[in-house]
Amino acid sequence: MSASTSVSASTSTLPLATSSAAAAAKERELLRIVIVGHVDHGKSTLVGRLLHETGSLPDGKLEMLKEVSARRGMPFEWSFLLDALQTERDQGITVDTSQIRFKTAKRDYVLIDAPGHVEFLRNMVTGAAQADAALLLVDAGEGVREQTRRHAFLLHLLGLRQVTVVVNKMDRVAFDQEAFAAIEEDVSAYLGGFGLRPTFVIPVSARDGDFISERTARLPWYSGPTVVEALDAFTAPPSLSDQPLRFPIQAVYKFDERRILAGRIESGRLSVGDELAFEPSGATARVKSIEAWPGSAPTTVEAGQSAGITLDKDIFVTRGDIAAHGDQRPRAAKSLKVRLFWLDDAPLKAGDPVVVRLSTAAAPGVVSAVTSAVDPANLVTEGQASLGRNYVGEVEITLRQALPADPYHLNAFTGRVVVERDRRICGGGIILHAAREARLEAPKRGPVVAVDSAVTPAERVTRFHHQGAVLWLTGLPASGKSTVARALERRLFDLGGSPVYLDGDTLRTGLNADLGFSPQERSENIRRVAHMAGFLARNGHIAIVALVSPTRADREQAREVGARFFHEVFIRAPLEVCEGRDPKGHYAKARKGEIASFTGISAPYEEPEAPELVLDTTGDIAATLAALEAYLEEAGVLFPPDTDSPI
Amino acid sequence: MTRLDALEAQSIFIFREAFAQLRKIAMLWSLGKDSNVMIHLARKAFFGRLPFPAMHVDTHRKFPEMYAFRDHYAKEWDLDLIVEDCPPIESTDPTLPPAARSAARKTEGLRLALAKHGFDGVIAGIRRDEEPTRAKERFFSPRGTDGAWNVREQPPEFWDQYNTALTPGAHVRIHPILHWTEMDIWAYTQRENIPVIPLYFSKDGKRYRSLGDQDITNPVESDASTLDEILAELAVTKTSERSGRAMDHESEDAFERLRTAGYL
Repeated sequence: MSASTSVSASTSTLPLATSSAAAAAKERELLRIVIVGHVDHGKSTLVGRLLHETGSLPDGKLEMLKEVSARRGMPFEWSFLLDALQTERDQGITVDTSQIRFKTAKRDYVLIDAPGHVEFLRNMVTGAAQADAALLLVDAGEGVREQTRRHAFLLHLLGLRQVTVVVNKMDRVAFDQEAFAAIEEDVSAYLGGFGLRPTFVIPVSARDGDFISERTARLPWYSGPTVVEALDAFTAPPSLSDQPLRFPIQAVYKFDERRILAGRIESGRLSVGDELAFEPSGATARVKSIEAWPGSAPTTVEAGQSAGITLDKDIFVTRGDIAAHGDQRPRAAKSLKVRLFWLDDAPLKAGDPVVVRLSTAAAPGVVSAVTSAVDPANLVTEGQASLGRNYVGEVEITLRQALPADPYHLNAFTGRVVVERDRRICGGGIILHAAREARLEAPKRGPVVAVDSAVTPAERVTRFHHQGAVLWLTGLPASGKSTVARALERRLFDLGGSPVYLDGDTLRTGLNADLGFSPQERSENIRRVAHMAGFLARNGHIAIVALVSPTRADREQAREVGARFFHEVFIRAPLEVCEGRDPKGHYAKARKGEIASFTGISAPYEEPEAPELVLDTTGDIAATLAALEAYLEEAGVLFPPDTDSPI
Repeated sequence: MTRLDALEAQSIFIFREAFAQLRKIAMLWSLGKDSNVMIHLARKAFFGRLPFPAMHVDTHRKFPEMYAFRDHYAKEWDLDLIVEDCPPIESTDPTLPPAARSAARKTEGLRLALAKHGFDGVIAGIRRDEEPTRAKERFFSPRGTDGAWNVREQPPEFWDQYNTALTPGAHVRIHPILHWTEMDIWAYTQRENIPVIPLYFSKDGKRYRSLGDQDITNPVESDASTLDEILAELAVTKTSERSGRAMDHESEDAFERLRTAGYL
């Protein structure tokens, strides 16, 4: 095909050429959508259809392609529109990410067509990482396949939270409602496993044009949106201006008498006069000016803007430093625990030298441990010594210089890293935990080999009607944690589920009987409970943990252990209410000084900064329980009562 | 932030990454609308002045208006201008169609210029929406020592982390406006008051949408003689921007072969 699929044209519904049309077109909202899924499930066909049905093809393009097809003696396929490269046409698969534009009445879109072949996962990552939302394509005849699962898992890890599932080739299954329902349940259960809930699941035939933009009579049982309507229902990414400031420095320029610190504000905002702290050095200075060319400079810049500033003092600042406001700065970390996807042919092993790139910073380091490795295609956990190509795992890296880092759940931009080996980008991941100092060497272990369970997670999901989970109930003593935990345990059990209630005090009578209440012993207590709860969750049970767990650091560690199963629930009740309840008489004793370091009275309770759920227990327990249950459904842990088997 | 603000911020970020991570870079200045927007963005990125040369790889077949524009604004914008000549047509691949051979001269001229100056990074104003092979480009595109593009083996590029590792003698192409559209370019040109070569405006019912060598570039039918009229025209047009560029259309894969060999 000739090189002119330049699809920047508009829909035919726009008004004729007027300057108001031009003005409207200039500042239209733009959303980036990646299309992923298993090879041959019809991504390119869907894209071709979308372009055609939204009137986005250049004049004569379709006719020209049909003519080329005829000349080659093959039937016309919609996917030809995208097969721009000779090499692709020969093999019939998309090699690299391609980007195409189209528009609906609502806004402009960039469609990122990601390759579905396992060989090209690095290209899929390249495409998907730029997207605001995703369409996950599944063949109605074949159902969920390896790349469907791999892509879905990577979308999640890349930070995408908006996914619509498109079940294609409904014509091949005679538009059968039951075939569709089976795939809908299958894919929803898989996505639910890491807390992702599809915005819609849409049956279509991309080849014939059913439910791309038009409702056809062939799917009378389906009442949801078309693909175009689902695209228009995605929301634009929210502004990060109200989050804590993260201003990574790209360079320090001295082109003239000014010393300008240049970079892009990743989150938060910055104003002239602000005191900034630069990590990892910790040096501080005030913003003297914001610089700009041409014209006058603003006095405030915010998330997304490229900026330049000067400081009131000559402190040492270099590329890679991150400026923040004093009380909310990233941690200068020399040890990182990362959930990593690996794209290189040679596996990543403990002892491998790597360079970790975080924002504009980079630091050399060594992989100190690969603690888990899983193939997202089938969720089989492999031997844990290395992380193979296209696997996802948890990796500990010891750095030779500190990097300014955040845990991913606090800041997406400074909570993710790219890992280079031999100067090539080989993987990327999100920071689960960042520690100031390199960890002490782990105790020497014997030849421990983890053995897989004989029962698969899917079998357990089918029986229990829920995913495994750790519900970590934290709050002041007597805030109502046990009451909520016990009520939920009863409710889930009555629904046929498998809840297990882990009470802090009860565990201290056995497993943790050797531990007292010093900060170190409290941490160890939490570590053990976290591992026990995580083990239960991985085996399909819902572990309900009721534990004061007063420090953020300890809960962060529990989150790390619980990984994707972990849900932090803040049980909130005012101190006076808790003290008024005092069922065990502990508050009274603490007030008299009979209990040392009692949380709430003589020891601090650090409220969660970003819990998955906050429950107020000053009201009716039934309402509290309903809110908790609604959350569990929303998070994909519980399946709504009217669904049949989720698998 | 508006759409143009977001495009601008990303482009500035890329300019600064290129300048920070590579040893010796230059920006290609083809005198067209895209590279003039690039110069403006670079001046914003570096607070008024380009800290690297602007290079024009000259075929000597450009329109007179383009040479006049170059000489005037190189001075006005205080550019460190490098002009390098292209080798004769006889040095190009004889199996390519005629217009493509003309374009291939530029590829060879670029290769020679990079070698002569020892640049390890070259900034180019291509855009994904121009044509399909460009839609597959990365912001930072590592090239082999011969300047060739291996589209099958492109390294991953995500989360604004770019590939700058090079083997000696190789270079990186940097594409700061890859994510812009033709419409964005004109809207930004208007917003920022960037000068424009008059050939883009309609004269006798025709105007140029894309400027190349005189002998292989044709004007399109158009009455658009102001920026507003160009924007209004683009809002409804259904022909492609490079439809006036002969070398794109001579055979099914002519442009793709040019690009694999190192054309922009």
